[in-house]
Amino acid sequence: MFRYIVRRLLQMVLTFFGATFLVYALMFANQTDPIQALVGERPVSESQRIALTERYHLDESFFMQYWYYIKGVLTGDFGTSLTGRKIADMMADAWPVTIRLALIAIVIAAVFSITVGVYSAIKRGGIFDNSTLILTLVLLAMPIVVIAPIAQLVFGIELGWFPPTATRDATFWQLLLPAIVLACIVIAPEMRVTRTSVVENLRADYVRTARAKGLTRIRVIWVHVLRNSLIPVATLIGVDLGTLLSGAIVTEHVFNIPGVGFNLARAIRTEDGPLVVGFVSILVILFLFINLLVDLLYAALDPRIRYE
Amino acid sequence: MFGKSPWKMAVGATAIALLAAGCGGGGSEDSDAASNTVVIGIGEPQHLIPSNTTETEGAAVLAALFYPLVDFDAQNNAVPVAAESITPDAKNTVWTIKLKPGFTFSNGEPVTSDNYINAWNYGAYGPNGQGGSYFFERIKGFADMQSKDPDGEEGPQKAPEPKAKKLTGLEKVDDTTFKVTLSAPFAGWASVMGYTSFYPLPKAAFSSDGVIADGFEDAIIGNGPFKMKGKWEHDSQIVVEKVADFKGTVPKIDGITWKIYQDQQAEYADLVAGNVDVQTVIPTEALAKASADLGDRFKKSPNSGFGFVGFPTFQKEFSDVRVRKAISMAINREEISSQIFLGSRSPATSFVSPVVAGYRANSCGDNCVYNPTEAKKLYTEANGPKEIKITYNVDGGHKAWIDATCNQIKASLGVNCVGGEEPKFADLLTKVEKKQPVGLIRLGWVMDYPLMENYLGPLYSTDGSSNYYGYSNTTFDNLVKAGSEAATPQDAIKKWQQAEDILAKDMPVVPIYTQQNVYGYSEKVTNVNMDLFRKVDLYKIEVVG
Repeated sequence: MFRYIVRRLLQMVLTFFGATFLVYALMFANQTDPIQALVGERPVSESQRIALTERYHLDESFFMQYWYYIKGVLTGDFGTSLTGRKIADMMADAWPVTIRLALIAIVIAAVFSITVGVYSAIKRGGIFDNSTLILTLVLLAMPIVVIAPIAQLVFGIELGWFPPTATRDATFWQLLLPAIVLACIVIAPEMRVTRTSVVENLRADYVRTARAKGLTRIRVIWVHVLRNSLIPVATLIGVDLGTLLSGAIVTEHVFNIPGVGFNLARAIRTEDGPLVVGFVSILVILFLFINLLVDLLYAALDPRIRYE
Repeated sequence: MFGKSPWKMAVGATAIALLAAGCGGGGSEDSDAASNTVVIGIGEPQHLIPSNTTETEGAAVLAALFYPLVDFDAQNNAVPVAAESITPDAKNTVWTIKLKPGFTFSNGEPVTSDNYINAWNYGAYGPNGQGGSYFFERIKGFADMQSKDPDGEEGPQKAPEPKAKKLTGLEKVDDTTFKVTLSAPFAGWASVMGYTSFYPLPKAAFSSDGVIADGFEDAIIGNGPFKMKGKWEHDSQIVVEKVADFKGTVPKIDGITWKIYQDQQAEYADLVAGNVDVQTVIPTEALAKASADLGDRFKKSPNSGFGFVGFPTFQKEFSDVRVRKAISMAINREEISSQIFLGSRSPATSFVSPVVAGYRANSCGDNCVYNPTEAKKLYTEANGPKEIKITYNVDGGHKAWIDATCNQIKASLGVNCVGGEEPKFADLLTKVEKKQPVGLIRLGWVMDYPLMENYLGPLYSTDGSSNYYGYSNTTFDNLVKAGSEAATPQDAIKKWQQAEDILAKDMPVVPIYTQQNVYGYSEKVTNVNMDLFRKVDLYKIEVVG
């Protein structure tokens, strides 16, 4: 197990450099004139152009710029964004709220979809199962750009149940509506996978054996069936983190949450290479760790899986 | 490896997640709901150093923290505010500025001439890369503080250090008096000094001569009626509170929370829900329902924004003035204002904005009046191009009105018209600079100071900073210059009006709309007025009850 983790960690280092290099290269290729993008439609004076070009090495080649960036990262310095702010500070400001938002969304989505998924599997073919099928179809069909403003309008403004926007120091209450919106995009697949997987396992031999042993129905379903059914669901929840973070770009925009999604969108708009790569590197690291966690979770869920 | 109890683990993880999510916030709701403070929504400012602040968001915050040398009265004439007097010499070249005594910065430092001189020198020095440095251009010695890259931006050589670090045109007389010498006479100089870039900076701003201290921008100290409470919380909020014994005009409110929004729709939602007191720009998407939501708290007032379409006059198709006039006459500005902008912008019939002294309605004459028959006749006579393209940047929300304009041109002239889409303004400029045939160019302008010259100079002069369409007319340039050097503001206006008449003959651009402030406020506040720079008048706004 220890060797397995070390091997994975070494792979992660390579993936990290590969991913940041790729993102940096893409940003570089997309760059037309970052200084103009920064000031909008104002004319840029010659002296300002010279000063900013030198400060941010904009006149140097791609490899040199990437080298400056990596050199900074390795010494713990994420550099300065084109707006003059320390990227490390911007990340420290943006990450906590996004992580809280994503965590609440994951928990809401997981609790809701596993409960409902299991229940509709047990009552397969019934009214509950069919109505959740319709619900998931509706959720799948609605993109988050539609759900988010509608939820804000209906629950935030018209009914006044939730605050219509949240801030960086948002309370759990302020983040609840955006988190529910965010959870909506992953609930449908998680629910369907849970249902299918439980339905399959209910027919398995070991369930019949367990029943024959005289175990209670509850124990059979919640301990034996669910444990085996959760393997695909756990994978899905891990992957869903990516969906959640991309959904966060829209949700954070609509609910005015100054998190990662907003910063990424702004950085791309202003062609701020170092800022994009800074945020993306952490995203990459996060993904890698979650994938590792999911893989390790398999071992916990299925005793047959052993890592060497 | 996790033992035999994945359930405990899952439950534990969930508990940790919820705990982390819930508790991290601290839950600090604004406790001043009942007090005499207001919440004003803005976008994230780019900078708060005065000489680097050229956009509205930063300027709005700085207007609370600083007290300007001059402000503008109802007729947009400059009146001294922090200055006791501003006196030009006979030729309008040397300006003596006397400060009102007794003013201090919010950290207790007295405001002296040095504070202005140091701040302006910092702003003008090229390598500091300040966005507002061009405002100091007229002061003597500016050119020596700039450097030029010897082999262009792409070349390997670095720009040399400029010859001078200080403006020779700034001279201290005593602690409350200083002289500004301009490199050429300019009657409108007093108005220029009303701009954000001309605020003073305290000694505490500089860590050494000409170097701004690290972190000063996040907790900036000004000479105005409000001071920063805590630090600039980027992307979240900026809170300011009243300075105790302020010597100037005292505002009626005790503090302002500038709540930072990334999206105007979200801000509008908060305005309707009563979480924000003033929204300075109601988004176009919400205009239709704004009067229903806000009633008479939905307001309009003039501002300086001016939208137009420029002709690349260097191209053969548009070199004939009849073609340009015909295209202008083919456009129904009324319809665009009412149908596309829902009345939030007005039709433009002049080459400067109605807010400046010297503006004449309809100075564009028949050329800006919708007249499809005459347009068609002129166009056929001049044998104009069979296909017209209007290039614009798609990130600025211009598609709707460009498409409408194109449809009108199609209908009036019977030619094909398409909108050329560029992702960003910079892409558009790159093409224009390479003189690629982009067709007509969508452009806009917001003034820096209320003078006709601030439109005529940058937009239509041969070397104007925003003259991207290459219009050049020596007589026009000379008239603008003569106006700037005129003895009195009245004489200046006369010259500038003559210059504008030339534009009406040459039609280098098609004026389309002038912008308005379209704003709304909550039931908590009253006396909400907005100025030409899209700033709330902080001295008039009041909290109800």
